[in-house]
Amino acid sequence: MCACGFVGGSLLKKRILVAAVVVALMGFAAYAALFIAPTESKMGTIQRIFYLHAPSGMVALLSFFVCFVGNLAYVFKRQPKWDWLGVSAAEVGMAFCTVLILTGPIWAHPVWGIWWTWDARLTLTFVLWLLYTSYLLLRTLVEDPGRRALFSAIYGIFAFLDVPLVYGSIRWWRTQHPQPVIMGGAGSGLEPTMRKVFWFWVLNLVILMIFLIRERYALEAMREEVQSLEREAEAA
Amino acid sequence: MALLSNTAVLLGKELRTEFRSRELLTTTVVFILTIVVLFSFTFDPSVSESRRFGPGLLWLAFLFAASLMLQPCFLREQNNDTLSALRLSVNDPFAIFLAKLAANTLFLLFTQVLLLPVFSILYNVPVLATFPRLVLVMFMGSLGLSVTGTALSAISAQARMRELLLPLLLLPLLTPVLIASTEATAALLVPNPAMRWDWLGFLLAFDVVFLTALWLFGEYLLEE
Repeated sequence: MCACGFVGGSLLKKRILVAAVVVALMGFAAYAALFIAPTESKMGTIQRIFYLHAPSGMVALLSFFVCFVGNLAYVFKRQPKWDWLGVSAAEVGMAFCTVLILTGPIWAHPVWGIWWTWDARLTLTFVLWLLYTSYLLLRTLVEDPGRRALFSAIYGIFAFLDVPLVYGSIRWWRTQHPQPVIMGGAGSGLEPTMRKVFWFWVLNLVILMIFLIRERYALEAMREEVQSLEREAEAA
Repeated sequence: MALLSNTAVLLGKELRTEFRSRELLTTTVVFILTIVVLFSFTFDPSVSESRRFGPGLLWLAFLFAASLMLQPCFLREQNNDTLSALRLSVNDPFAIFLAKLAANTLFLLFTQVLLLPVFSILYNVPVLATFPRLVLVMFMGSLGLSVTGTALSAISAQARMRELLLPLLLLPLLTPVLIASTEATAALLVPNPAMRWDWLGFLLAFDVVFLTALWLFGEYLLEE
């Protein structure tokens, strides 16, 4: 059960090494987006934010899927580790989702002339952000650890089931009302270097996601251990 | 079939409890009426504007009302210490959910049917010609509200800040219901009304997805 690894020098060293590799990869990705990828002819430099923006969306969805898997496994297996996976993935997904929501308007304002539009994808992202905020809030409001894990797992399952329905309804509704600005599919018709940089970013953010979920999971495991030690100390 | 007969008995109990006091229905009707009146100050309530904003404000009022109305659903059992007895009385805990969500759907539908003519008079939107079809849309929408709301009220009843938590958990989840019900209602309030079967099908899909989820996971929400 112990996934902690906060004792013992070699494990700590390994974690620092992994963190260094992730930071180096992110540094190189930033360099690739700023200097290797060619400047887009119409939008100019601002288009470079796309290398962070679009992959963040993909990785946020992937994290929420990992959270869903953790939730399902918790409901059926009732092992705390699945709850830790659920909360870790939800928090990491929220981080990427926040990056997505913040980088979008930064790009949209110079290109579309507006900060925000209620287009299907933007609206879905916002609703997704609200759903997982509620998931994390719920966790802070239930005292008993077993109940907290179970309730949040079931809410997480409901939230994830809702995602295709939300997207379907918004898309259906918005396509019937013509929209001034509709983006083409991500990665469609990209120039070859741009495509390489884009997929490098996707890969990088997936690595970052795994790294962050692992770290957050270890923290949750540590927290659990501290709490059980506290209970033991109180009992003694 | 035991499930259905158990559900029927429990539904009878839910309805009896409510009709003894009628607290829930009275407060919900007054609450929705208040919102509908307050909304008239936020835009110019002429006929054309009302047709544009009316369906949305009506459903928003229903959503808010539902998120408050569903609070006591499990809280009442918890306060009276009757949840364990309820659980012992049936083999399949799904019957408890089915009865509660059926009762909630009926309560919601009742308030909607009561308030629709009032809305029609206040905002000059005729509803008489399309009334049966509007009731069908309201039923499908209410079912969606009740299925998700009943499940989540079992969660919020056992949490802190429950009065705020239930709307917070429920409202983002209900985005598809709000869109589909509003669109279907709007299509029935225009001068040439038409039934939007596509949106009704969408509501049906929502109801089926969450009813299945409740059937699969509901029993875990009632664990000791």
